[in-house]
Amino acid sequence: MQAAWRVDEIEDNSVPETDAHVLLMSDIAGNQDREAFKALFLHFGPRIKSLMMKSGARPEQAEDIVQIVMMTVWRKVHLYAPDRGSVSAWIFTIARNARIDRLRRGSSQAYTDIDDLEIVSDEPDGEDRMFASQRTQKIAKALSELPEDQRQIIQLAFMEDISQSEIAAKLALPLGTVKSRMRLAYAKLKNKLEDLK
Amino acid sequence: MSLDHHLDDATLLQYACGNLDEAFTVVVATHVAMCDTCRHAVRQAEELGGGVLEDAGTAELEVGSFEHLMLRIDDQPADTAPAACVAQVSGDVPAPLVRHLGPDLGAVRWRSIAPGVRKHVIKQNSASKSSLYMLHIAPGMAVPEHGHGGSELTLILSGSYTDVFGTFRRGDIADLDEHVEHQPIVDGDLPCICLVATEAPTRFKGFFSRLLQPLTGI
Repeated sequence: MQAAWRVDEIEDNSVPETDAHVLLMSDIAGNQDREAFKALFLHFGPRIKSLMMKSGARPEQAEDIVQIVMMTVWRKVHLYAPDRGSVSAWIFTIARNARIDRLRRGSSQAYTDIDDLEIVSDEPDGEDRMFASQRTQKIAKALSELPEDQRQIIQLAFMEDISQSEIAAKLALPLGTVKSRMRLAYAKLKNKLEDLK
Repeated sequence: MSLDHHLDDATLLQYACGNLDEAFTVVVATHVAMCDTCRHAVRQAEELGGGVLEDAGTAELEVGSFEHLMLRIDDQPADTAPAACVAQVSGDVPAPLVRHLGPDLGAVRWRSIAPGVRKHVIKQNSASKSSLYMLHIAPGMAVPEHGHGGSELTLILSGSYTDVFGTFRRGDIADLDEHVEHQPIVDGDLPCICLVATEAPTRFKGFFSRLLQPLTGI
């Protein structure tokens, strides 16, 4: 597996870039700004397509899912709240739901029911108030600092539509080891996010 | 709501990844709807998803992809009506279950499967190897100590039960794998209503399958 999340790249590029994404979102929400939307599309479109192809989509299916995801981004842009998460995490959830509906022919309804709930209750519930760009930076750093065995499992889990037992089979590991590596990786990430409070 | 029993972090991550099947997804989402702690935790796990997306590499889009997208957007009628908001219902059924059950637990149609045990199977949209169902278990019911044939998620919607892990009340979830052995007993005077997802049993029958041959009394 290729080395990912190199710290030098993160520090050089992603901080201004992720700030820019929040600004683009606000231009799209406020003014239906098509140039801003195009900039967002040019960044996320090729990444969503790549993620979908890693999930097993054929190129034309992946292209179609990019269209569906970005249509949803355009329609729901006013629902994005920077203090709740980064732009990339928000777009990831839309892509994940599209993957469940399109690639797996399943239903992502349970996830969207909870989105609705959050809009209604809209309370901080102990949320760490952190700007989206800080979050992205922290996450990138946390990922870059994970030991290789944990990072590999996180990448597999997020990139491929794969159960824990399938991950275990693929890596020839006991299921318990897969679960404990996921828990460890997640605990490290949580610590990084809590640091900023 | 402040709860005592939450999801295993590994389950929570698989949910954020979108890798659970429909039965498990519905049970996790229902717990998450009832649990501020896990809702927050899911959001953090989704940040990891954002990080992976940023780093997923790029695949070249087709020529004219953006223009095609804008044509599709312009073709769509303006999206004026907000999506129907199931969270505003006033019953005791949590949001992600309302479309499966309606708003009130009292209106669920049960089928008696054994003395003291009633069951309601929830129909799934997708072909799934796991089953999704609700159980209505009478007070005082106990089951023999047992292990699991696969993963099992049990979310309490009403009443409570107690086993070696403690007491499970409305909103609590038991996230158990095949190695766990326990002996739940329904507490108090009220029946315990739970939502259950079970993987197809491999070696032994799961906990709630064992309930189908219940022992009465404690």
